[in-house]
Amino acid sequence: MGAIIAKLFPPSTYDSAIILGADAAIILVSAAVVIILTKYKRWQWLWKEWITSADHKKIGIMYLIVAVTMLFRGGVDALMMRSQLAIPDNTLLTANHYDEIFTTHGTIMVFFMAMPFIFALFNVAVPLLIGARDVAFPRLNAISLWLTIFAALLFNVSFVIGGSPNAGWTAYPPLTEMSFNPGLGQNYYLMSLLISGVGTVATGVNFLVTIIRMRAPGMTLMRMPMFVWSALVTSALIIFAFPALTVALALTLLDRVGGSTFFTLGHGGMPMMYVNLFWIWGHPEVYILVLPAFGVFSEVVATFSQKRLFGYSTMVVSVLAITALSFGVWVHHFFTMGAGASINVFFGLSTMLIAIPTGVKVFNWIFTMWQGRVRLTVPMLYALAFIPTFVIGGASGVMLATVPADYQLNNTYFLVAHFHNVLIGGVVFGLLAGMYYWWPKMFGYMLDERWGRRAFWLFFVGFWVTFVPQYFLGLEGMPRRIFTYPAGLGWTGLNQISTVGAFMMGAGFVVLVYDILYSVLHMVRDTTGDPWNGRTLEWSLPSPVPEYNFAVVPIVNDRDAWWEMKRSGNGQPNWPSAKAIRGLHVPKHSAQPFFLGLSFFILGWGVVYEWWWIALFGLVAVLASLVYAMMDYDEVEEIDPDTIRGIEGRFGRLQA
Amino acid sequence: MGLRLGSNRKLALLAILLLTPLLSGCGQDFLLLKPAGPVARTEMHLMERAAIPMGIVILFVIVLLAIVVIRFRDTPDNKAPYTPDWHGSKRLETIWFVIPVLILAFISVPMVKQTFKLAKVPVTSGDPITIDVVSIDWKWLFEYPGQKVATVNYVKIPVNTPVLFELTAYSPMNTFWVPQLGGMEYTMPGRVLPLWLQASYAGVYTGRSANFSGSGYAKMIFSVDAVSSSQFQSWISQVASTASPLTGPEYQSLLQQDLVQTQTYYGYPSYTFPSQLNGFTLNGGMYIASPLPSKKSTSA
Repeated sequence: MGAIIAKLFPPSTYDSAIILGADAAIILVSAAVVIILTKYKRWQWLWKEWITSADHKKIGIMYLIVAVTMLFRGGVDALMMRSQLAIPDNTLLTANHYDEIFTTHGTIMVFFMAMPFIFALFNVAVPLLIGARDVAFPRLNAISLWLTIFAALLFNVSFVIGGSPNAGWTAYPPLTEMSFNPGLGQNYYLMSLLISGVGTVATGVNFLVTIIRMRAPGMTLMRMPMFVWSALVTSALIIFAFPALTVALALTLLDRVGGSTFFTLGHGGMPMMYVNLFWIWGHPEVYILVLPAFGVFSEVVATFSQKRLFGYSTMVVSVLAITALSFGVWVHHFFTMGAGASINVFFGLSTMLIAIPTGVKVFNWIFTMWQGRVRLTVPMLYALAFIPTFVIGGASGVMLATVPADYQLNNTYFLVAHFHNVLIGGVVFGLLAGMYYWWPKMFGYMLDERWGRRAFWLFFVGFWVTFVPQYFLGLEGMPRRIFTYPAGLGWTGLNQISTVGAFMMGAGFVVLVYDILYSVLHMVRDTTGDPWNGRTLEWSLPSPVPEYNFAVVPIVNDRDAWWEMKRSGNGQPNWPSAKAIRGLHVPKHSAQPFFLGLSFFILGWGVVYEWWWIALFGLVAVLASLVYAMMDYDEVEEIDPDTIRGIEGRFGRLQA
Repeated sequence: MGLRLGSNRKLALLAILLLTPLLSGCGQDFLLLKPAGPVARTEMHLMERAAIPMGIVILFVIVLLAIVVIRFRDTPDNKAPYTPDWHGSKRLETIWFVIPVLILAFISVPMVKQTFKLAKVPVTSGDPITIDVVSIDWKWLFEYPGQKVATVNYVKIPVNTPVLFELTAYSPMNTFWVPQLGGMEYTMPGRVLPLWLQASYAGVYTGRSANFSGSGYAKMIFSVDAVSSSQFQSWISQVASTASPLTGPEYQSLLQQDLVQTQTYYGYPSYTFPSQLNGFTLNGGMYIASPLPSKKSTSA
C-alpha cells in the first residue's frame, strides 16, 4: 500500500510550497465547479446540451474552452520560469521543477493550447464559410474533441499524481530512456500525445473531406475563402505529418516499457533517428499552427479594410508552396548534428525558400488595405500587430537558416526569441484575432472593444518587452533551458526586462478574461448576424447560428459570397420563401464519444503506471465503445420544417 | 483619435524599453559578436550579412504599414481613394516576388561557400592538433591522443593553431559550445562528430553545453585556455612530469551523474574514446565512429 502511494505521489508532486499551492488551487477550482454545477442544477444541461453534442459549433466552443484554459496553465508555467530567471542563482525553483515547467509549458502550448484553438476556429467557421450544415463526420468530430480533452486531462494529471515530464517538449532520447528518466512523467507525455494524436488525425480527415465534398453549389475551389484554403492544407499536413510523431512516440514508449532499443544509448540504439522522426512531424507542425492563423488574417484584413483580398490566386499558390516546402526543411532543427555540409546547405536553402511565399503573403495583406477603408477593431489590431511581428520573426528565421550562423544561435535564447516571435506573433495573435472576430457568431453577443483593446496593448507591448531582450541574451551566449545562471555575465538586466514583459502578457491575459466576463454581464447582442459588415457566408446567418446552420443552402456566385449578395440586393438579401424550407437532418446526440475518450484515458493511465490490468480494462472499454458505435445506425434526427420556419421567421429571414 | 494618441505614447514607451538593452549592454557581454577566432568571425559575418538586408526589409514593412493604416483609415473625412473591388496587380506581385529572391541570393551565396569551407580543417596555418571530447553527465572529458594528456572541465589549446575536436558522449546528448571561438556541435552517444575551432588571441574562453541533458545541465561549463605554442608545450611536459594517469576506477567514478572540479591526467585508457581500431563497446553495443581522415595524420 505504501509503495502504491509512493508511486502515486513521488516527492516532486509535493516537495515545494509553490507546488503545494498549485495543488490546492486545482482542488479548490475543481470543487468550485462541482458546487456551482450542482447548486444551479446544471449537470443535466451540461450532459445533454454539451458533452453529448455532435454539433460542430458547440464542439468548437468546447475546444475554445480547452484552449483558453490551457493558455492559462501554459502561461503560469511561463511566469514561473521568468520569475526563476529574474535573479542570478535564484532558488525559487529547483533544477528539476524548472525542467518540468519548461517541458509542460512547451507541450501544453503546442498540443493543448494552439491545436485545440485551431480546431475551435475550424469547427466554428469552416462549415459556415462553405455553406455546409455540419462537418462530414459529426460523430467522429465529437470523438476528436473528447480524445483531445481526455489527453489534456491525462497530461495535466501528471502534475498532481505521478510527477510531470521533465525532458523538454521535444523529449529527445536517450534522456527520456528509463535509466536516465525513471519517473512516470515521460510516460504521461507519451501516452497523452499518442491519444491526442489520434483525435488530431481524425480532425484532419474530417475537415479535408468536409471541404472537398460539402461546399455549397457554386463554391468552386478558387471561390473558397482563404481561411477555408488554410484549413484544407492544414488538414492535409496533419494527415501526412502526425503519423511520423506517432511512430517516434510509440517507439520511445516501447523503449521505456517494452525493453526495446530503438533510441537507447547502448545496444545499438540510434537517438538521432528519433530527432529525425520528431522534426519530420515537427516542421510541418509549425505550418499546421501558422497557416490557420494566416487564414484568419486574410479574412480579418479584407473585412476590416472593406475591400477584396489582394492577390487571391497568389495567396492560394503561396499557401500550397508553403505546404509543399514544409516537408523539406526539417533538418534545419539540427544542423549541428553532423549531417555534413551538403545536407546542411540543402536544408538551409529550402528553409530560405519558404520566406518567398511568406513575404508575398505579407505584401498582399498590406495591399489589401491599400485604397481600402481600415477599421481598427480588436481583430484588426491583432492582424496589424501580426504583420511587423511576423516579419521580424521571419527575419530572425532567415538568420537561423544561414547554416554557419545557426551553429552559434541554435539552442540559445536567440532561438527561443525567434520561435516565440513567430508562434506568438503569428499563431497566438491570429487565434485571438479569430476569437474576437467569430465570437459574436459563436455566442450571439459582442466582446467589449474597449477592454479588448486594453488586453491587446498589454499583450502586444508585453510580447516585445519579453522577447527583444531574449534575442540579445542569445547573442550574449545564454543557452536555453538552464534553470539558473551566475551573476556577472551581463545576463541579469536583460532577464529582468524579459520577466517584466512576461508579467505584462500575463496581465493582458487577465484583462482578456475580464473582457469576456464584462461582455457577458453587459451583453451587447448581435441582432443582425452581421456585426462587422462581413464578406463571407457565416455572416449571412443569425448569431448564434441555429443548429441546422442554413435553412436553405445558398448558391455561391462570388469569392466574397455574402458581400456580393448584399450588394446585388441593395443591402436586402433575398430571403427564402416559407415553402422552400424543408425538414433537415442533424446529427443526433451521443454519449459514445465521451465514453471513448474516457476509455482511452483509462488505457493511457494504466500504461503510464504499467498497471496492466487497468490498461487492459481501458482497452476493452475502447473496443466495446467502438463496436457500439459501429452498430449504432441511428445517427441523425430530423428537424421538422415548421420548427425551422418558426426559427427563421423569428429572425425575420422569411420572404413575406 | 483617442486611440491614436494613446497608442503613440505606448509606442514611445516600447521604443525606450527596446533600446535600453542596446544602450546598457555596450557590446561587452555579447560573446557572439566578440569573436576570438576565425570560425566565430566567419559565423558573425554571416549573421550580419543576413541581419542587414533583413533589417531593411523590416523597416520598409513597418513604414509601409504605418502609411497604409494612417492614409486609409475609415474616418468620415478621409479623402484617400477607395477601390473596394481592386483585387490584384500582376506587376506589383511580381515585384515582391523578385525582391525576396534577390535578397535571399545575396545571403545564401556566401552561406553556401562558408558552410563548405568551415566543414574542413584548414591545413595551411600550422599543424592541427586533435582533442577528443566526451560529454558525461554533467562534465566534459578532454583527451589529447597525440600528447597522452587528459583533462576534465578545462582544455588548453595553442593559439593560431586549428584544433580538431572529435565529439562523442557517454550520456544523453549535449552540445559542445565555445561561443567566442565558434558555433556548437552535438555530442551524441554512438557517433563521433568533428568540429574544428581556432583561437586567434590568448585568453580564457567559456565553453558550455547548450543542449538540455538533465538536472546538472545548467552547470555543465568548461573553460578553454588558449596559450602560446611554447606555453602549450611546457604545459604538456609539466603534466607529463607531475600528473598521474586516469585509471579504470577513476574513469568509472567520472561516469557517475554529478558535477566535478577540473582534473588533469597523464595517460588514459584507450577504451574511453571510440576508435575504429579497437571498437568501442558499451553494454554490448558497438559504437560506429565516423571516418575522420585527419585523425590518421595527427594521432600517428
